[in-house]
Amino acid sequence: MAKTIQAPLPGTFYRSSAPGEPPFKSEGDAVAVGDTIGLIEVMKSFTPVVAEEAGTLLAFHVENEDAVMAGQPLYDLDA
Amino acid sequence: MGVTSIFIANRGEIAVRVIRAARELGLRTVQAVSAADGDMLAARLADATALVGPAHATKSYLNKEAVVRAALEAGCDAVHPGYGFLSENAEFAEMVEAAGLVFIGPKPETIRQMGDKARARQEAQAAGVPTVPGTEGVVADLDTARVEAARIGYPVMIKAAAGGGGRGIRVARDEAELATLFPQASGEARAAFGDGGLYLERFIGRARHIEVQVLGDGERAVHLFERECSLQRRRQKVWEEAPAACLTNEQRAELCASAVRLAERVGYRGAGTLEYLFDDVTGEFFFIEMNTRIQVEHPVTEMVTGIDLVRAMIRIAMGEPLALRQEDIVLRGHAVEARICAEDPTADFRPSPGTVTGLTLPGGFGVRFDTLLYAGYTVPPFYDSLLGKLIAHDETRAAAIVRLDRALGELKVEGLPTTAPLHRALAADPAVLAGAVHTRWLEEWLAATPLVAPVSPVPATSA
Repeated sequence: MAKTIQAPLPGTFYRSSAPGEPPFKSEGDAVAVGDTIGLIEVMKSFTPVVAEEAGTLLAFHVENEDAVMAGQPLYDLDA
Repeated sequence: MGVTSIFIANRGEIAVRVIRAARELGLRTVQAVSAADGDMLAARLADATALVGPAHATKSYLNKEAVVRAALEAGCDAVHPGYGFLSENAEFAEMVEAAGLVFIGPKPETIRQMGDKARARQEAQAAGVPTVPGTEGVVADLDTARVEAARIGYPVMIKAAAGGGGRGIRVARDEAELATLFPQASGEARAAFGDGGLYLERFIGRARHIEVQVLGDGERAVHLFERECSLQRRRQKVWEEAPAACLTNEQRAELCASAVRLAERVGYRGAGTLEYLFDDVTGEFFFIEMNTRIQVEHPVTEMVTGIDLVRAMIRIAMGEPLALRQEDIVLRGHAVEARICAEDPTADFRPSPGTVTGLTLPGGFGVRFDTLLYAGYTVPPFYDSLLGKLIAHDETRAAAIVRLDRALGELKVEGLPTTAPLHRALAADPAVLAGAVHTRWLEEWLAATPLVAPVSPVPATSA
């Protein structure tokens, strides 16, 4: 069943660890509990977004380097 | 060149500071804003605002083309870069000038020259300014690094020629560590700065950070004495003072004269700061780098000299010769600045953006608060955590610290945690009161003296 995972923090969302690096996850990838999905930068401090549920990543709602608010939809997971 | 209208290519408290100085000079101000900053204090105070891009700084405040275009479209004839962002970007300064606008800062070639640490060091030596024992220029390879490190003496610091803000710095305690760290640092520097060039210098473990403020008009330069900024966390300054109480008058005179020599040698234009390490055991000082911009902590210098540095740099950019003679600049009293940040000092300085639900500002004689805060403002999560700088000035250092503590007690920011409790603890600490600190003192003190969260009052319950 598809569900939408929300941003835990407000900030800037990154899909990879550094510019030019491959994304942590792409659409269609399998997700295990504890996998890093992306990073959220809050005032120059980086916090990983870690999967709390396993499944298949269906789609991202935000692009790399987009501003996100806490509670905003981040990605859809087919759990 | 006639300047009537300034474009402020920055945000936060420094944008507010520049707007105030410009307005006192009768100049119009246009504030750059990202999509996240439309309601910041500087946007409310400026005569007009101009959108420069989305929230992410690389797409707005760091987007050189967008900033220059917005300045032109807004009808401005000068650009003030503030600190951080594009303030020390020589290419940006060139683009501003190529667009027919005045860059309020040094000449682009000076930014480039002093931004390259190896070149800055050569200039310092040529001006007779002491530098930390180290390599002359970039080290070609590991074999050369081994020979040089043996000459300089371990421990040695490995620094990226294009680095800054503490990035790209490693310390090797011996030759084995050097062999491991040198190639790593080179690869990282290439990835981070597009330039793998490295140099080596002696690591001075217990140093004070002392810096000299200068103003120049391209030909003549003066100093406005020094600041001490030894209280740092993760190489970020936390608390700054002017003057540096640890210096004798002879040391102060020698240090400040050396800064003027270097500023005049490079034809410095505008406000700049020369940073030094000071070893208070030997009394030696060593030039480390020059910041070619106005600095966060400039108010402590303004308080002890009575000179408005931001106004002075705008006037110089407008083509006026330096109005100050060295003998007119006199030190009066002592000033202390506490950086108030949106971070929780009881939770490992976790960033804490959010909405300011209530605000009580400190005031009274000798107290100044340069801030971006107003009641109801939502501090966005996208930028630096600095909320404001609380500055106290008094006749003596001891009195200035008492006054700072009094002002900190009046400051109330509701809705989000700030670093104010850290500053109250520092203002009461015997080592801070004695001025017995060095650049690693604060991190050691924090490890030994963790701040605890205040216990929330238990609400009265009625059965």
